[in-house]
Amino acid sequence: MTARHHVDRARVLRESLRRLSPLAHLRNPVMAVTWLGAAFTSLLWLAALAGQGGEPPAFVGQIALWLWFTVWFAGLAEAVAEGRGRAHAEHLRAARSTLTAERIGELRADAPAETVDAGALAPGDLVLVRAGGVIPADGEAVAGLASVDESAVTGESAPVIRGAGGDRSAVTGGTRVLSDHLIIRVTAAPGEGFIDRMIALVEGASRQKTPNEVALTILLAAMTLVLLLAVVTILPFAACVGGRMGGTGTVGLATLVALLVCLIPTTIGGLLPAIGIAGIDRLHRANVIARSGRAVEAAGDVGVLLLDKTGTITLGNRQAAAFIPAPGVGERELAEAAQLASLADDTPEGRSIVVLAKERFDLRCEAPAGAVVVPFTATARMSGLDAGARRLRKGATVAVAAWLTDQGSGLPAAVIAAAEEAARAGATPLVVAEGGRALGIVVLKDIIKGGIRERFAELRRMGITTVMITGDNPQTAAAIAAEAGVDDFRAQVTPEDKLRIIREFQAGGRLVAMAGDGTNDAPALAQADVAVAMHAGTQAAKEAGNLVDLDSNPTKLIEIVRIGKQLLMTRGALTTFSLTNDVAKYFVIIPAALAGVLPALGGFNPLGLQSPHSAILAAVIVNALLIPLLIPLAMRGVAWRPAPAGTVLAHNLLVYGVGGLIAPFPLIWGVDRFIASCGLA
Amino acid sequence: MNLSDWWQMVLFLALLLVAAVPLGWWCHRLLDGRLTLPGERHLLRLAGIDPAQGCGWQRYAGAVVLFNACGFAVLLGLLMLQGVLPGNPQGLPGLSWHLAFNTAVSFTTNTNWQSYGGESTMSYLSQALGLTVQNFLSAATGIAVMAAVARGFARQGTTDLGNPWVDLTRIVVGLLLPLSAVFAVVLVWQGVPQTWGAYPLAHPLAGGEQTIAVGPAAAQIAIKQLGTNGGAFFNANSAHPFENPTPLTNLLQCLAILAIPAGLCLAWGRLVADRRHGRALLWAMTGLLVAGLLAAWWSETRPVAGLAAIGADPVNLEGKEVRFGIGPSVTWLVATTAASNGSVNAMHASMQPLTTLVGLAFMQIGEVVFGGVGCGIYGMLLYVLVTVFVAGLMVGRTPELLGKRIEAREMKLTAVALLAPSAVILLGTWLAISCESGRGSIANPGASGFSEVLYALSSAAGNNGSAMAGLNANTPFWNLLLACSMLVGRFAVLVPVLALAGGLAAKPRQETNAGTLPTHGPLFIGLLATVVVLVGALTFLPALVLGPVAAHGALP
Repeated sequence: MTARHHVDRARVLRESLRRLSPLAHLRNPVMAVTWLGAAFTSLLWLAALAGQGGEPPAFVGQIALWLWFTVWFAGLAEAVAEGRGRAHAEHLRAARSTLTAERIGELRADAPAETVDAGALAPGDLVLVRAGGVIPADGEAVAGLASVDESAVTGESAPVIRGAGGDRSAVTGGTRVLSDHLIIRVTAAPGEGFIDRMIALVEGASRQKTPNEVALTILLAAMTLVLLLAVVTILPFAACVGGRMGGTGTVGLATLVALLVCLIPTTIGGLLPAIGIAGIDRLHRANVIARSGRAVEAAGDVGVLLLDKTGTITLGNRQAAAFIPAPGVGERELAEAAQLASLADDTPEGRSIVVLAKERFDLRCEAPAGAVVVPFTATARMSGLDAGARRLRKGATVAVAAWLTDQGSGLPAAVIAAAEEAARAGATPLVVAEGGRALGIVVLKDIIKGGIRERFAELRRMGITTVMITGDNPQTAAAIAAEAGVDDFRAQVTPEDKLRIIREFQAGGRLVAMAGDGTNDAPALAQADVAVAMHAGTQAAKEAGNLVDLDSNPTKLIEIVRIGKQLLMTRGALTTFSLTNDVAKYFVIIPAALAGVLPALGGFNPLGLQSPHSAILAAVIVNALLIPLLIPLAMRGVAWRPAPAGTVLAHNLLVYGVGGLIAPFPLIWGVDRFIASCGLA
Repeated sequence: MNLSDWWQMVLFLALLLVAAVPLGWWCHRLLDGRLTLPGERHLLRLAGIDPAQGCGWQRYAGAVVLFNACGFAVLLGLLMLQGVLPGNPQGLPGLSWHLAFNTAVSFTTNTNWQSYGGESTMSYLSQALGLTVQNFLSAATGIAVMAAVARGFARQGTTDLGNPWVDLTRIVVGLLLPLSAVFAVVLVWQGVPQTWGAYPLAHPLAGGEQTIAVGPAAAQIAIKQLGTNGGAFFNANSAHPFENPTPLTNLLQCLAILAIPAGLCLAWGRLVADRRHGRALLWAMTGLLVAGLLAAWWSETRPVAGLAAIGADPVNLEGKEVRFGIGPSVTWLVATTAASNGSVNAMHASMQPLTTLVGLAFMQIGEVVFGGVGCGIYGMLLYVLVTVFVAGLMVGRTPELLGKRIEAREMKLTAVALLAPSAVILLGTWLAISCESGRGSIANPGASGFSEVLYALSSAAGNNGSAMAGLNANTPFWNLLLACSMLVGRFAVLVPVLALAGGLAAKPRQETNAGTLPTHGPLFIGLLATVVVLVGALTFLPALVLGPVAAHGALP
C-alpha cells in the first residue's frame, strides 16, 4: 500500500487563501452567493461606521467577518483534500525526476546506443535498459526478461517479472530494472505516460465534475435561488405588514444577509468539491487509479460483479487435497509414489503433491541417483520418473490408462470410479501408476480464498449479484460456485464470451463490473460499466479499463464498490444535514430578525438566547464552524456497512437527518452564551 | 372536536380511500392502451387521427398547449360576446377584456379563479358552453399529461409518450363525462337547479320582489368538483344553497373533489408497473391531508378570547354556513386547498388565521396533496425526484426512480418546475404590494391584507382558484397579474415535466434489487411527506410568519 505522504501545510494554507477570490467560486453557486453576501456585508459595515444603516457597526462587522470565514473554510476544505493528492503526486514525480535513455537503432542488446534525454523519446523508439537502470518511458518489452522494481508506482516492494511477449510485457516509465536487461519499444509520448497521467489525476488538474456532482450542484443551486427569493422578499413584505403591527417595519440588511447565508446549503456547498477529491484519494490509497470520476460513481451502482474464478475466487492453482489408493494399495505407498513422481515437477500442482505427502506421512523422498525425469509432454500428457527398475507415472485418467494398456494391464474399476467421483465434485483426479500397476489417484482441488464467502454474502445484502466465470466444465464450476457462495456461474467461458455475458446483464438493466488483465479481456473491459484493469496486465487491458489496480488484485473490485458507495453516501448525508439544519436556523433567526416588525414575535425565544443580535451572530458562527468541523468526515467518508438500502437509509436518516435537525440548537445556544459573556453582542 | 364531527371526518376519509380503488383501476384501463372505447375509432378517424401513432415529448407538449390555446380563444370570444349571443335570458352584457382574459386563462389552466360573480355576470351560454366545457378539457389535459409522464417511466429506449388526442378523448368520454352525468343527476335529485329558463321573480312575505338566480347549474357543478376545477355557477360558490343544498351533497361534493386525484395515485402505480409506489403516494398524500385537517380543526375550534370577552359563543362561526357548522366547513377548506379545486363552502377570510395558513401551505407546496387531477401526481413527482435524489445518495447509489437514472437533466427540469410557481408567488406578491394599483384592492391593511394578497397569488400559481375574499380582484392589474401567475403555474410545470418524461423514456430501466432505494413503505412515505413540508417551509416560512402568523398574534 502507498505510504502516507507528507502534506505541505503552508501550501494548503496559501491555496485556501487564494480561494477567497471570487473567481474560485464561479462553478459553485452556493459559495458564490456566500462570497457576494460577505462582500455586501463588508460594504454595510463601512456604511455603518459612517453612521448609515441603523445596525450597530460592531454587529455588522462581526457578521461580515464570519461570512468571510465561511468562504475561507470552504476553500480550506478543498485545499486540504487537494493537498493530500498533491503529496502523493510529489512522491511520484520524484521517481521520474531526470531520466536519460539509451536509444538503440536495432533490436539487439549489443547494438550501438546513444544516450538521450527521456523527454526526447518518441513512440516507436527502442531503448535498452540494463540492470540498475530506470525505465525511461512507458512501453512494451520486445526482448529480454528481467525483474523490475515497480514500487515507485505500486508501493509494492517485491519485484515483478517483465519480459517480451505475452501478458507481462507492459512496462511503466519510472520503474527500475533490477536484474538482466530489457529492450523496450516506447509506446507513450513524453508527458503522456502512465505516471504523468497519474500525477495529473491525483493533483486534480484534469478533475472534471462527475455527472452526479453536476446534478447535485443543480439541486443546490435551485435551493439557493429559492432561499434567495424567500429572504429578499422579507424586506418588502415586512414593510407592508410592519407599520400596522406596532413595530418599525424595518429589517436590518446585515441580518437578512446573515439569514440567507445560514439558510443556503453552505455545509454541503463548501464540502462538495472536497468530498469528490477525497473519494478519489481514498481510491488512490487503496492503490487504484481512476481514469475518470464517473467510474467511481458507477462503482456504487454496480448490480453484477463478474469474477474470474482463477485468482479471484480461488488461489491461482489447484492443489493436492487427498490420496485415494487403489484396492490393495496402502495410502502411504501411493503417497510415496506420487511424491517421487512429482519431485521433478515444478508446476504448483506438482509441488503441492510433494507438500501434501510430506504433511500427511512425513515423507521426504529424494530422487535416487541416476533417476531420469520424464517431463510432461502434450502428446503423452503424463510426467514421472524412471529410477532403475521403478517407472513412476502420474497423469490424466485417459493418458495413464493408455500407458497401462500398452503394458498389458489396465485401470481397475475402483480407480476409474474414484476418479469419476472426484471429477463430479469439481476436483481434478491424477492417476498414479508404477510399472503396470495403478496405485490410486491424487485429488487436486481448487482452493477457495479465505474469507471470500463472507464477502460475497456482504455483497448479496447490498443487492449485488456475484457471477463466477470459468473455463471449467459445468460440473466443476457448479461445485466451486457452491463452495465459494457465488450467486451464479458461467462455465466453459472463453475470454470472447465475456463480452456477450456483460451485454446480457446490461440488457437486463444492470450495471456490470469486472476485472481483467489479458489483451483478450480488453473488449469486455471496454463494455463493462466498471472495468478494473490489472496493472500487471497488458497495455490494451489498461487502456480499456476505467480503473487500474496497481496491486493487480482482482478481489479489489469489492473494495472499489465500497469506496464508490461511500463517496455517494457522504454527499447525500451532508446534503441532508445541510437541509435539516435550516429548521433550527429559521427557528432562531426569524423571530430575532422580525422582532422589529412584529413585536409580538420577539417574545418567541424558547432557547432563551440573550438578544436578537447575539442569536443571529451565533447562528452565523455555527453555520461557518460546521464546515471545518465536518472536513474530517468529508475526507474519511461516512461510516459504511453492507446492508440493504432500506436499513442504510434509516440509519443515515437518523444520524444526519434527525441529527442535523437537533445538533444546531445546543451549538447555537452555547455560542450565544459565549458571545454574551464576552460582550460581543 | 365533537363526536359527530369526528365520525364525519373518518367516514369521509374511509369513503375516499374506498372510492380510489375502482377509479384507479378504471383510469389505468383507460390509459394503458389495451382498451378501446366503443365508437372511439370513428371519432378519431373523423378528426384524421391515427390512434396507433405516438409522439415525442415536444409534440405531446405542443399538442396540449395548442389544445388549451384553442380552448382559451373560444372561451375568450364567448365571454366577450355573450351580450349578443343566445342563451342569455337575463340580458347580461359581455365581459370587460381583462375580466374575460382572466376568466378564460383561469378555466383553461384548471384554476377557476373567480374574478367574476357567477349569476350576475355569466350568461347561460357562457356557463354551459364556455366554463363547463373547459372544466372537462382542462381536467382531461392534466390527466393526459400524467399518463404521458407515466409512460416515460414505464417505457425504455423510445421517445414515444403516447398519442395526446387519444388520451384526451378517452379521459373525457370514458371517465369525466359518465361520472359527471351520474353526479349531476344526484345533484338535481338533491335540489340543484338545471334549467335554461330565466331567473324567476319571487314575492317574499316581507313584501317587495326578489329575483332568484337559477340556471343549468347541476351539470357544471358535477364537473367543477370531479375535475378539481372549483369555478362556481353562483358567486357564493358551494356556500350557495342551490350549489350545495344538503348535508349529503356537501359530503358527496367533498368526496368528488378528492376522488379522482386519489384514484390517479393508484392508476399511476399501475401505469409505471409499481403498484406499491402508487399506494405510497396515496398514503403520503393522505397523511399530509390528515395533518392539515387536524391542524385546521384545532385552530378553528379554539375559543376566541375576543368573542368570549363580549359574552358570545367563543367558537368563531362568522362567515361559515350554519347549515354545515365547523366540521364540514373545515373539511371542505382542507380538501379544496389540498386538491387544486378552489370551491368553497365557507369564506376563507372568516377563518382563523392559522386555518388559512393550512390552506396557504397546501397551495404553496404546489398542490401536491392530491392536487389537481393529473397535475397533483406529476407535481408530487417533482418532490419524489428530490427525495430519491438525496435519499438515493444516502444509500450509496446514483439516484434512480422506478429504475430510471436521475441525472443532471432531470434535476434541471425538476428545479425549473418547482421554482417557477414559488417564484411567481413571492415576486407577484412583492409586485402587488409595492404598486398603487395592487395595494388599492386590499380591504384590510396589515397582516390580514398581506395574507389576502399572498393567498390570491398562491391560489393562482397553484392553479387552485379559491379566494380568501377581502381583495377586489376584478381590476385590470389584478386580472392580468393573476392570469399570468396561472399560466406560469400551469405551463412552467407541465412542459418541463413532459420534457423530463421524454428523456426518461429513452433511458433503460435499471433492475431493482436489495441495494435500490425502496420507493414504497413507511420510511419512504414519511420521508416524502417530510421533504414536501420542509421544501415548502423553507420557501414560504418568512411570508407565512408575516401573514397568517402575524395576524394570529394580532387577534384580540
